Amino acid sequence: MTTDISPAAPSPAPPPTAEARPGQEQSTLQQILSGSWLVSLLAIVLALLLGGVLIAVSNAAVIAAAANIGSAPGVFFSTLFSTVGEAYSALFRGAVFDWNARTTERAIRPLTESLVSGTPLILAGLGIALAFRSGLFNIGGQGQVILGATVAGFLGYALELPAGVHMLLAALGGLIGGAIWAGIAGVLKAKTGANEVIVTIMLNSIAGYLLGYLLKQNWFTHTSSANPQSRVIDESAEMFLLLPPPFRLHFGFIIAVLATIFVWWLLERSTIGFEFKAVGANPHAAKTAGISVSKVTILVMLIAGALAGLGGAAQVLGTEGKLTGGISGSIGFDAITVALLGRSKPLGTFFAGLLFGAFKAGGYLMQSQTGTPIDIVLVVQSVIVLLIAAPPLVRSIFRLPTPVLKRKES
Amino acid sequence: MTAHTLDATPAGQSKALAPIIWKFPVVYSILALVSLVFFGLIGRDGQTTFRIATEGDFFAIPDIVVPATAAGLVLSLILVVMAAASIWFALRRVSLASWFPMLFGVLFVLSFLAWAGGGSGGVIPMTTLLAGALALSVPLIFGAMCGLVGERSGIINIAIEGQLLAGAFLAAVVASVVQNPYAGLLAAPIAGALVAVVLTFFAVKYWVNQIIIGVVLNVLVVGLTSFLYSTVLTENAELWNARQRLPNLPIPLLSDIPILGRVLFDQNILVYLMYLVVIALQILVFRSKWGLRMRAVGEHPKAADTVGIRVNATRVRNTIMAGAIAGLGGAFFTVGSGLAFGKEMSAGQGYIALAAMILGKWNPKGALLAALLFGFSKSLGNTLQSIGTPVANELLLMLPYIVTVLAVAGFVGRVRPPAAAGVPYVK
Repeated sequence: MTTDISPAAPSPAPPPTAEARPGQEQSTLQQILSGSWLVSLLAIVLALLLGGVLIAVSNAAVIAAAANIGSAPGVFFSTLFSTVGEAYSALFRGAVFDWNARTTERAIRPLTESLVSGTPLILAGLGIALAFRSGLFNIGGQGQVILGATVAGFLGYALELPAGVHMLLAALGGLIGGAIWAGIAGVLKAKTGANEVIVTIMLNSIAGYLLGYLLKQNWFTHTSSANPQSRVIDESAEMFLLLPPPFRLHFGFIIAVLATIFVWWLLERSTIGFEFKAVGANPHAAKTAGISVSKVTILVMLIAGALAGLGGAAQVLGTEGKLTGGISGSIGFDAITVALLGRSKPLGTFFAGLLFGAFKAGGYLMQSQTGTPIDIVLVVQSVIVLLIAAPPLVRSIFRLPTPVLKRKES
Repeated sequence: MTAHTLDATPAGQSKALAPIIWKFPVVYSILALVSLVFFGLIGRDGQTTFRIATEGDFFAIPDIVVPATAAGLVLSLILVVMAAASIWFALRRVSLASWFPMLFGVLFVLSFLAWAGGGSGGVIPMTTLLAGALALSVPLIFGAMCGLVGERSGIINIAIEGQLLAGAFLAAVVASVVQNPYAGLLAAPIAGALVAVVLTFFAVKYWVNQIIIGVVLNVLVVGLTSFLYSTVLTENAELWNARQRLPNLPIPLLSDIPILGRVLFDQNILVYLMYLVVIALQILVFRSKWGLRMRAVGEHPKAADTVGIRVNATRVRNTIMAGAIAGLGGAFFTVGSGLAFGKEMSAGQGYIALAAMILGKWNPKGALLAALLFGFSKSLGNTLQSIGTPVANELLLMLPYIVTVLAVAGFVGRVRPPAAAGVPYVK
């Protein structure tokens, strides 16, 4: 396990900006065909096709029709397209726009649901992306989200404060909770050299059991119920809605937008962010240049944990309203894929979080309406990330031209 | 290899100048004091029974019954003496042999058990405790061996989790369809190797960051197996996901030895295979042409290439073979334990295997011990849960993870991975 290499630069292949360097002789068509956005689009299409194949082969009706393909090929193809088409149209209706809805509100609600699902993914993803850029492989998003949610939720029902102040204080508590949890890994790495991958993985499990323990203590949950869940948070601590009900879009989304801008500023415009990136690119060179690697390690983990903790706070104060054992779902792990898809860039992570949020929101409708398990979404997501990480593979599948710069090299 | 010259700095060289290492004596002293105060001085009344024999043993050994406080006190005093010895040795800059921490750990655990068993009049079933430890370690050991071969060859394999899960899945399905658990055992390595094929395809051909591929492959395998489980496997569980169990094959004589014989030699073939893999790797990695080439490719691929070793071919071959090992480990979850396949049943064990590999400093022996340490702490938590202790269940379940963090931070510290692990080789 090395962390010397920066996952932000996944391959020795030149980055997309270098591909379309001005001054190179390149026709407009070639530029479009070799552009990185086209590769991303094709990767998504390919992944959806693959998911379609999977949906088809696991469907009894399609298999039955395939058995009679010799006698009735038309039936096979119509079954195939209707099965896969229904699943994907449900996915789209659940994620973006529901054209079957009776009211306009209902029709555009899926889009806001995608934003709601995307909010914690963006926040936790930003934390992981920031660590990646600094050469730290933070797998601890899950634990940091749990701690953030735990502290924010507890403050949300244990304190009595005026609206607004209460919410901000609870969110701040979540931020600190996540920061402390990730900070443990940062301090151990800086002081003893303990590998951050191991420590963050272990801290994920410890956080899960810690929450499980707390939810059984009545002093913590403020309820006398035997169920392992807490009291509902006070109204004053709720993240206020941005749109009137039935929409659930809450203030957490604004936090996600602000956090994206903050991380961008941190990495691209601030001195400390420059130190982060320097350590990520080459810790030995950074040390020689007078940057304290241990200070950077601790600071990066604190900020990364704070972002993930905010994600947990948004989940409990905005979406769920109370603490349960499954409050974090798989946010912390999905966030790793989100950061990878976003190439560890703030804006990229933001859009990747939105895309995965859309998949999540749409996946539920797909599962309930067509019976296609939501797990297919995981397959599609992971294939997208795999393909986007290897642009030459996508290009060779579609026989697209290689960017001029690279052709000269080979 | 440099990794080993670092571990064993030639005696005499800069020894006089070496600073006194206080880390270990401090840890020993704290643990000894904890034991003395909590398990000895303010221990709990009552007696603790250590049950050693099981039904039908060749040698009948009576249960060992000790008064909890006295046992805690005696054991704690030995620990205090050992801690004092470690300070004495540290002052003289003598580094301690590896049996010292092991003995210390065993005594500390016994002291803790004596305390935990007292009060409730609990019986500590030693055989169950150790058998549980081994069973919980088996997939971890297979996984750690897989990661070790990959990284020694220069390919970081985060996808162990996925390989375990894929192995568990295919083993269950094939065993169920053929109605023979051994068929599952043959199928599991194929699943693990297939995951490794995808890993190496992207890592070697397209130079994609290996950590990224590993993480994504884990998600992909979870998605694929969960999807197929929810659709195909649950539709006709009789055909696709019926329980099959590898039978236990006790080795004559050896399995009659009390405690350890029971635990080690009354197992199914998968566990015996695990012993073979660990022993074979320990010898092959450091004593064979294959191992030398593997380490050369993982440490300095350019030098290896210069002397005519095909770097990428070696990496691909070794990583795929290692994937087969991990797949075999996955079979333990299903046919090895007689369970049907369940969604995400590997439950993060692959990541813990990765931790065991790092904790063991990329040595088969070290990784084995690290995996056993984890398995033991987990089994300890389970046992304590069943005999009933004042400590809450969740806190007991945290135990293995806390132990691992302490081990990584306290005893291992800075480790050095193979130099070229994760760096694609481009001529």
